[in-house]
Amino acid sequence: MGHRRLVATLVFLGVLALVGGSVAARPLEEGTSAPCACSVSANDVPDDGGGAISVSWDLATTDASPSVTRFEILRYATGEEPVSIGEVLSTNTDFQDVNADGGTIYQYIVRTHTRDGFIDSVPSDAALATAQWFAHGRAPSLIALILVCGSIIFFIIRAKGGAELFIRKIPGLDAVDDAVGRATEMGRPVLYVPGIETVSEVGTLAALTILGHVAKKVAQHGTPLLVPTADPIVMTTAQEIVKQAYAEVGQSDRFDPSSVFYLTYDQFGYTAGVDGIMVRERPEAVFLLGYFAAESLILAETAHEIGAIQISGTKETSQLPFFVAACDYTLIGEEIFAASSYLSHEPIMLGSLKGQDLIKIGIVYLIVTLVIAGSIGYAISPDGTSTLSRAVEAAALWLTGS
Amino acid sequence: MDSMGMIIGTWLAGFLTLAILSFLYKDNPFYKLAEHLYVGVSAGYWLIYVAFFDIKPMLIDTFMSETGFEKWIILIPGALGLIMLSRWFPKIAWLSRWPIAFTVGIGAGLGITANLQGYVLPQVQATILPLTGFTVADLSNLILIIGVVTTLMYFYFSKPHKGLLGGGAKIGIVFIMVSFGASFGYTLMARISLLIGRLYFLFHDLLRILD
Repeated sequence: MGHRRLVATLVFLGVLALVGGSVAARPLEEGTSAPCACSVSANDVPDDGGGAISVSWDLATTDASPSVTRFEILRYATGEEPVSIGEVLSTNTDFQDVNADGGTIYQYIVRTHTRDGFIDSVPSDAALATAQWFAHGRAPSLIALILVCGSIIFFIIRAKGGAELFIRKIPGLDAVDDAVGRATEMGRPVLYVPGIETVSEVGTLAALTILGHVAKKVAQHGTPLLVPTADPIVMTTAQEIVKQAYAEVGQSDRFDPSSVFYLTYDQFGYTAGVDGIMVRERPEAVFLLGYFAAESLILAETAHEIGAIQISGTKETSQLPFFVAACDYTLIGEEIFAASSYLSHEPIMLGSLKGQDLIKIGIVYLIVTLVIAGSIGYAISPDGTSTLSRAVEAAALWLTGS
Repeated sequence: MDSMGMIIGTWLAGFLTLAILSFLYKDNPFYKLAEHLYVGVSAGYWLIYVAFFDIKPMLIDTFMSETGFEKWIILIPGALGLIMLSRWFPKIAWLSRWPIAFTVGIGAGLGITANLQGYVLPQVQATILPLTGFTVADLSNLILIIGVVTTLMYFYFSKPHKGLLGGGAKIGIVFIMVSFGASFGYTLMARISLLIGRLYFLFHDLLRILD
């Protein structure tokens, strides 16, 4: 019974839609009191890569006008017939054509639909979609980029010039040596998991740098090392790093290329494989460093279950709580990059870290200064109309190009 | 009426789900079977995926269909991909570092702009919250400002955490841990929904206990 009612309702609504559609498709006669889109303007969208034109209009109505149901936008190039390119709700008075061909001049007509029919606007002026070289709204990003890169380059040059750049010791780094030492004493392997992402992920890069340090320790002690990877390029890079580490401590002949191997790119396939390795090979030290997602707790829990020392680190804030809860030592966020710089003592990495530190201090000063200035502004004029309050508000909005 | 293939597929999926879940007890032959099947099938799946959804449409088909400059520019990533295979030949294995360097460079270059534009500047803007009086909203804003500033102090590596910096860093780590606690609870709820999804499959699709 319920189904019949539903079918009948749907048929009724369908008939209504057909009838309504046929009525709405009828053009209204000129001189009626129909509402109409007027003053239609079309302009190139500024600060973009081309291919977009913004169309806007005003709605002219009278008290006797039937209500607008929707607007339909038609476009034509010289010598062509207008074609419909989109519709917007009756509450909108603008539309963005994002499929305009660069180099083609277009004109636009806005068709106003009512329950009684439709009426077309006068065509807009001609518009051409062009690309701009500079997006003015992104000027703050450019300035920030110059400051970040400038400070990093400055410190890299200083580091290469032999300047002593201090970096505080990262908590948890001592545990790296302890973990490798314990694995050696127990005669069990070290498992190094460099995350599930590709080599272009910065977290993976930091993990690979730390792998070099771990591989050196492992090579010195003659401890077996296992590095399962989820990406072929990460595997290739990790093989290079481990091979290099063995060579640097004069143990090239002990390097086993098969110790760095590929499992699968599939997130949970990789997790299942690493879990299997943990319970069968029983590593004494498990390193979980790099990019991790939902598998973080599964891996950390399995490592805990087999009694291994777990040293973890990722920049993924959503996964850090799981590592903090389940692992013995965790490198939180940027600590993983600082650790790789600290261990490698590479001028480029040291300079990069120092440059970022300078930017952080700059951000702290910027926030504190503007907050104090804005607060003084509100103290002067509680309704926020003082010049100081407005200047702070404008500066904050400018940062994101708003 | 379900087809025989559907029935076999559902039972197979049910068996593999239980085999994977059996790891909660301990490592066993069923888990080993499911694990090796999963790793092997997924590795094969990604090989086919890359071949037919990356290499074929983006490299081969584009090369065949494009004309002019676009046709030849496609050869650059193609060549970089082929150079990766140089690792098979020890004498020219060093060539494989070129595409790796290219990949890393592109990733870092795109990442720095995206992070500045998408994270750093919006967060700085959202933290510039002048205090307008002594309201609850002002207290909330003040906590937010202190949280951001002290967390940045924790992640400052150029000086030892002593004195003012040390005090700020200690407050910062409290904010970090509070946010981790909130994130832990939030994510745990999402994981429970995944578990419910799997149990629903077992009880609804496989055992048909649930309607």
